[in-house]
Amino acid sequence: MCLAIPGKIVKIREDTGTVDLGGINQEVSLTFIPQVTVGDWVLIHTGFAINIISEDDAIKTIELLQAAYAK
Amino acid sequence: MLNKMFQNNDLVHKLLNRIARYKEDIRIMEVCGSHTMAIGKWALRKLLPPNIHLISGPGCPVCVTPPSIIDSLINLRSVTIATFGDMLRLPGNNGTLEDARAAGLDVRIVYSPLDALKLAKKNETIFIGIGFETTIPGIAHTITLAHKQNLSRFSVLPAFKIIPPALKALLNSTEVNIDGFILPGNVSAIIGSNAYEFLPREFDLGGVVTGFEPIDILSAINMLIDQQQNNSPKIENEYQRVVSPAGNINAQQAINQVLQVQDSWWRGLGYIPASGLGIRDEFRQFDAIHKYNLDISDQQPDTGCQCGDVLKGIITPPQCPLFDHTCTPANPIGPCMVSSEGSCAAYYKYER
Ligand code: SF4
Repeated sequence: MCLAIPGKIVKIREDTGTVDLGGINQEVSLTFIPQVTVGDWVLIHTGFAINIISEDDAIKTIELLQAAYAK
Repeated sequence: MLNKMFQNNDLVHKLLNRIARYKEDIRIMEVCGSHTMAIGKWALRKLLPPNIHLISGPGCPVCVTPPSIIDSLINLRSVTIATFGDMLRLPGNNGTLEDARAAGLDVRIVYSPLDALKLAKKNETIFIGIGFETTIPGIAHTITLAHKQNLSRFSVLPAFKIIPPALKALLNSTEVNIDGFILPGNVSAIIGSNAYEFLPREFDLGGVVTGFEPIDILSAINMLIDQQQNNSPKIENEYQRVVSPAGNINAQQAINQVLQVQDSWWRGLGYIPASGLGIRDEFRQFDAIHKYNLDISDQQPDTGCQCGDVLKGIITPPQCPLFDHTCTPANPIGPCMVSSEGSCAAYYKYER
C-alpha cells in the first residue's frame, strides 16, 4: 500500500491535476505541491501527488554515479 | 521514462563489482516494505555476495496495525467501512474484515481517502486511517475537506504510525544488530532526509535515503559500505530527485493541522512512545474512536507467529516454523504475510 508511482502532469485545474500514466489518465490532488507545472513528473500515492520528481536531479545522480564507478 | 535511467545494466554491474570487493560482514536494514518488494523483484539478494546481509524492517503499515483496529469495527452495522484493500485479510482476534463482510458488514475498498469522502456523501462512513508519513498527509487533508464541507457522515479511525520513533525503539531494544539503514524513499519525500540525523548523533549509525530501482538500492549499499570502511556514519541522500533535506513542508503542515503525536501500539513490536498520530480536538467530530466509542485497547493473541522478530531483523521469514507450512499468502497466520509488502509475503513470492 506504500507504493508510489511516477506520472507526468498533462493538465492542471485548480488543485487537481491530470497525470498520464503511460496512456491512462488519472486525476490527482496537487494540494501538497502548489508549485507544480504541466510537464512535471510527480510521485503519486493514494490519489495525491506527494512530491515533484526532478529530472535534473535524476540526471545529476546518474552522472555522479557513472563518474564514481567509471573504473 | 525517468525510472529506466536507474535500471541501466552497465551501471548495475559496476556497482555489483564494487560491492563484491568488500569482504567484511555488513548488516543493512531496509526499513520500508516497498524496498523489501523491490529487492525481491530485482532478485538483489541472489546477486549480492553472502557477506551483505539485507534485513527487512518494520516498514509495512498493514503488518504493524494491531488486531484491535479490526476487532473494534467488525460488529458495527449501519455504517460503511472504507479501507485500502490490503487491510481486508489482516487478522483480528475474531476474524478479518473479509469475514465480517461475509457476515453483513458493509466494507468497501477504496484507492484514496478522497473516495471514502465521496461515499460519506450518502452513507455514514468510517475510513480506516492506516499508514506512515507517505499516506498520512492525504488522509489529514481529507479530514480538512470533510470539515469544510461539513460532512458529518465522515470519520477516520486513526491508526497512523510514524517511522523515526519506531527506528529509535528498534535500536534501543538490545536484540537488534544493524550496521546501517536503507531509509524509506516515500516516507522521506514527506519528512525529508534531515529527520534521520538522530541516527548518527544518538546511535552512531548511518543511513541512505534511496529510491526503488536497482541502481538506487545498489548505490545505497555501496554508500553504506563506504561509511563502514571510513568509520563515518552519516545520513546520505541518493534519492535527491524526490527527497529534499527538509521534506515536503505543505504535507507536513497538513499533518500538523489535523493530527497530534501520541503513543501507539505496533503489532509485533509492542508499545512505542510518541510513535503514532491521533486526531486533534478541533477535528474530534471526525474521529471514529470518539464518534462510535470504539475500544482499541490491545491484547495480542498467541498464534505462534514470529512477526515481531522478523520486523526487528532477528530472524528471516523462512526461519519461522510456520512459514510456507501453515502460513501462506492464501492463509496468512501473521500480519507479515498479509500485505504484499510484508516481509513474509515478499519472501514467499520472491525468495523461496
Ligand atoms: S511466516 Fe507467518 S506466522 Fe511466521 S512470522 Fe511470517 S507472518 Fe508470522
